[in-house]
Amino acid sequence: MEPAALRVMLDTFWVLLTGFLVFFMNLGFAMVESGLCRVKNTVNILAKNFVVFAVSSLAYYFLGFGLMYGDGNALFGTQGLLAVVGQDNSPEAGAAYRGVYSALSWTGVPLWAKFFFQLVFCGTAATIVSGAVAERIRFASFIVFSFLICTLIYPVAGHWIWGGGWLAQLGMFDFAGSTVVHSVGGWAALAGILLLGPRIGKYRPDGLAKPIYGHNLSLATLGVFVLWFGWFGFNPGSTMALNAPAIAHIAVVTNMSAAAAAATATLASWLLAGKPDLSMILNGCLAGLVAITAPCAFVSVPSSLAIGAAAGLLVVLAVMGFDRLRIDDPVGALSVHLCNGLFGTLAVGLFAEKRIAAAIGTDAAGLADGLLFGGGLRQLGAQALGAAAVAGFVFSVSLALWALIRAVMGLRVSRSEEIMGLDIGEHGMEAYSGFQTFTNT
Amino acid sequence: MKLVIAYIQPHKLPDVKQELYRREIYKISVTNALGCGQQKGYHESYRGVDEEVNLLKKVRLEIAVNDAYVQPTVEGIIRGARTGEIGDGKIFILPLEECIRIRTGDTGGPAIG
Repeated sequence: MEPAALRVMLDTFWVLLTGFLVFFMNLGFAMVESGLCRVKNTVNILAKNFVVFAVSSLAYYFLGFGLMYGDGNALFGTQGLLAVVGQDNSPEAGAAYRGVYSALSWTGVPLWAKFFFQLVFCGTAATIVSGAVAERIRFASFIVFSFLICTLIYPVAGHWIWGGGWLAQLGMFDFAGSTVVHSVGGWAALAGILLLGPRIGKYRPDGLAKPIYGHNLSLATLGVFVLWFGWFGFNPGSTMALNAPAIAHIAVVTNMSAAAAAATATLASWLLAGKPDLSMILNGCLAGLVAITAPCAFVSVPSSLAIGAAAGLLVVLAVMGFDRLRIDDPVGALSVHLCNGLFGTLAVGLFAEKRIAAAIGTDAAGLADGLLFGGGLRQLGAQALGAAAVAGFVFSVSLALWALIRAVMGLRVSRSEEIMGLDIGEHGMEAYSGFQTFTNT
Repeated sequence: MKLVIAYIQPHKLPDVKQELYRREIYKISVTNALGCGQQKGYHESYRGVDEEVNLLKKVRLEIAVNDAYVQPTVEGIIRGARTGEIGDGKIFILPLEECIRIRTGDTGGPAIG
């Protein structure tokens, strides 16, 4: 076999394998979210997590991919919009590429490999919303919002950074999506939470938060292990090529950040809450994974330890802080994905080293060294601008769409349905039929 | 001595506990129960087949009290559990023949204490 053909085959194998790992993260989210919520809402949460990937697949195929990666202007794609039918001669890459998805012409794999890999990322952004709005949102309203985030919000913000749009041109770097995936999901979730309000009984009249216990920490732990595993597709796969030094480096950096974050979250929860709370440790690991997602191809292993350590601390403080603000997020999605998506994006501006990107052979033309490595504020400024622009766009559009959904079809289930549980109210069935569960919450 | 038994809506349990606390009634047993009264049931469906469920989830309280505490106990339960809608539950009061604290062997009023 010719070397070029072998190259295409190996790269395609890598992109699809890691894409399948990212697909598997849907299971992780389903387990984490159902485990951290109550028995009476389990069917609803599982149904939301399951159907959201189906909705994402349809939405991203029909419009999302074209809007995100089609050639167009600085704000969104305009060519090859619908159903991925634009002209394309992949796996030809670089100067040999002829087609309308030139923002992805740097990787030499077939178009459908590119599409699948980008699709599973879109699905991840959409599923982040599910946990934050859990235990009170109407099933139908959630499905409609999922469709809208995958057709409009995620692809436009993604075009700015990954599709050759204006933030990419300004030199913002987000290797695997701390902003594109996690902050986007986080801002959309925050908008939803603000319009929904807290669950009944979460905050006492005097403002103090009451714990609403997750019903199965075994499931939550299973879910976080699945997500940690899936992240070895999320970050190393974002090379979209079987580049040996890069994928090995990124896999280790990803793991070390998660490990450091789990350790500092354990410590922080021990010191601040008196006992090492497992749900906080799990959130801590995820925080480290989200934070390293943007910088994973640009930072050293010691830097990844620092990023993870900070992320683990940040997530514990954020969980407690959101409760002070009466922002009810049952699974900590904002603390994990929003706060650490922002932090990870800024971490590029703090910890990036051009020599790392050069040594592992990732394409980082235009990257400046971070503030802590003598590059001054240039990269940090670009990162902050990008994070702020995405925040403004995603939060405001999400708020408008959530408000529209509320006006047209309603957002929140009735009080009596919420008390009885969404499993009976929305789906007419229980998750653990035949088991006796204690029913005071 | 009386035994007060009450069936209430599960989500009103924290309110009832708080109202009883206010009236210095601290000793209480709680179990899950299924029951049907006037409240109508709900529909479950499984794989396309419908079923009317009329045994609803309730919480059963048992509180043993000396006679002077019967009235405050009843008041506390009503104040905590009443929503004004069908399904709020019922209270039963039974005479209690004897009460023995296992640890000390105390009987009667002091054992309930």
